[in-house]
Amino acid sequence: MNASEPLVRVEGLTHYYGNHLGCRDVGFELYESEVLAVVGESGSGKTTLLNCLSTQIVPTSGKVMYRFRDGHVENLFDMSEAEQRVLLRTDWGFVMQNPRDGLRMGVSAGANVGERLMSVGNRHYGNIRKTALDWLERVEIDPTRIDDSPRTFSGGMQQRLQIARNLVTSPRLVFMDEPTGGLDVSVQARLLDLIRRIVADLGLSIVIVTHDLAVARLLSDRIIVMKNGKIIEQGLTDQVLDDPHQPYTQLLVSSILQVGA
Amino acid sequence: MSLDTISAEAPAYNFAYLDEQTKRMIRRAILKGIAIPGYQVPFASREMPMPYGWGTGGMQVTAAIIGPDDILKVIDQGSDDTTNAVAIRNFFKRTAGVAMTFRTADASIIQTRHRIPEEKLRSDQVLVFQVPIPEPLRFLEPRETETRKMHALSEYGLMHVKLYEDIAHHGHIATTYAYPVMVENRYVMDPSPIPKFDNPKLDNTPALQLFGAGREKRIYALPPYTRVKSLDFEDHPFSVQDWPDTQCAMCGATGVYFDEVILNDLGERMFVCSDSDYCEHRQEAGHFGAEHASYKERMK
Repeated sequence: MNASEPLVRVEGLTHYYGNHLGCRDVGFELYESEVLAVVGESGSGKTTLLNCLSTQIVPTSGKVMYRFRDGHVENLFDMSEAEQRVLLRTDWGFVMQNPRDGLRMGVSAGANVGERLMSVGNRHYGNIRKTALDWLERVEIDPTRIDDSPRTFSGGMQQRLQIARNLVTSPRLVFMDEPTGGLDVSVQARLLDLIRRIVADLGLSIVIVTHDLAVARLLSDRIIVMKNGKIIEQGLTDQVLDDPHQPYTQLLVSSILQVGA
Repeated sequence: MSLDTISAEAPAYNFAYLDEQTKRMIRRAILKGIAIPGYQVPFASREMPMPYGWGTGGMQVTAAIIGPDDILKVIDQGSDDTTNAVAIRNFFKRTAGVAMTFRTADASIIQTRHRIPEEKLRSDQVLVFQVPIPEPLRFLEPRETETRKMHALSEYGLMHVKLYEDIAHHGHIATTYAYPVMVENRYVMDPSPIPKFDNPKLDNTPALQLFGAGREKRIYALPPYTRVKSLDFEDHPFSVQDWPDTQCAMCGATGVYFDEVILNDLGERMFVCSDSDYCEHRQEAGHFGAEHASYKERMK
């Protein structure tokens, strides 16, 4: 296995919803342990791109080449749906903006974390529970709440639970769609700290969609700026944010509130 | 006055109520179900002259397979003489005119709700179950498109989430009826709301077992000698209920499934076999329980 090969290589990814453009001719590479932020205004095709990458929708054209653990590289859209779904619950994670969409609200926190373990064939209750407890602790949820329903959790706790649920099978690639959206600023900060620590610990690759440039700056190594379904600028996060070339990016950067600057 | 007495002509219903085309359609679904054990086959369920939830699925299956020479037994919660059983038996008596029996051993078709007879079934018998909700994953995953996909891809982790929840909240698997089973290592199946006590009887049975869900429009089947395994965890293995100190008050049987009968307002109670035919058979053979003897004495 060659670690200098990209984990994901996207080529000419285009998706139309009927006549309506989702995203057009998107291409980029993502390496292992790299965090890539996708920014842009709403309607710019960020979520369409994320859904294509995670095989939730099949793009109109284009390829997403993925390097598997055994080193072989395959176009995700040449795989069967069964294989895609196995990938989604083992090698990948998907953290949704609204934790209610990503969690199973009818069952306890422990079952939420344990579900992936059971879906990959773990059939030992004691072990599943131990792992769930361990993960709750890692995402700073009081382990005594393991049997409580996520309905009784605060928004920030639900989001952290969703992260634990996704990371329990040690994925290599995690997709995040506005994970800090709808949380207040102090909870956001805590969540970002947590994500940063876990990413560093596990060496995760992350594609994070956000409209919040502060989140992008804090978490990501590289950044993609999208507008009208196309990538208009990409590069190292600090480079793009400190020296934006495109007028739209300049507008985005200049519209951030400069707190304490 | 019943309909039959209004007119001197022969009853206007086709044999066993359903028209022949409908029966063929249902038989095709049954055959497909037998070919793919545990797989839920959609079928065009008909309106029956009985509300949904009263066994319309089981009745359609029975109507499709019954012939003039068959001997039918209908049981409801193990008993031959409760409302549901009586109503269905009268229905087939009227529309098919076949012989009826209470005796498990004499029956060629047994339609059942919530129980499997205690007596071992034979290869020349067919057991027809009435099923309210055929989808074992339904309460965890409400989308039919998704549950079908999960069955197709054999993605059954979710079923264990339910068992996990049981253990987390009750310390043991608290599901006591409609306990999910794995059929031939392929399909997870809802065995209908039989007590889990009856689950081991599904496994490797010589009789053909058919399941009909009328409202949900599904038929599934277990061909004779199918491997059926109840789901569990390695450290919480499947076990059936047992009542070591209890015996039937009427026939003295042990190791069977019991009904609890409240005797008076003081809370006195007794346990009797849920399978009424099994109980009577034992009594005829001279086995008596505690209450049985006292009953006789009172009658003296």
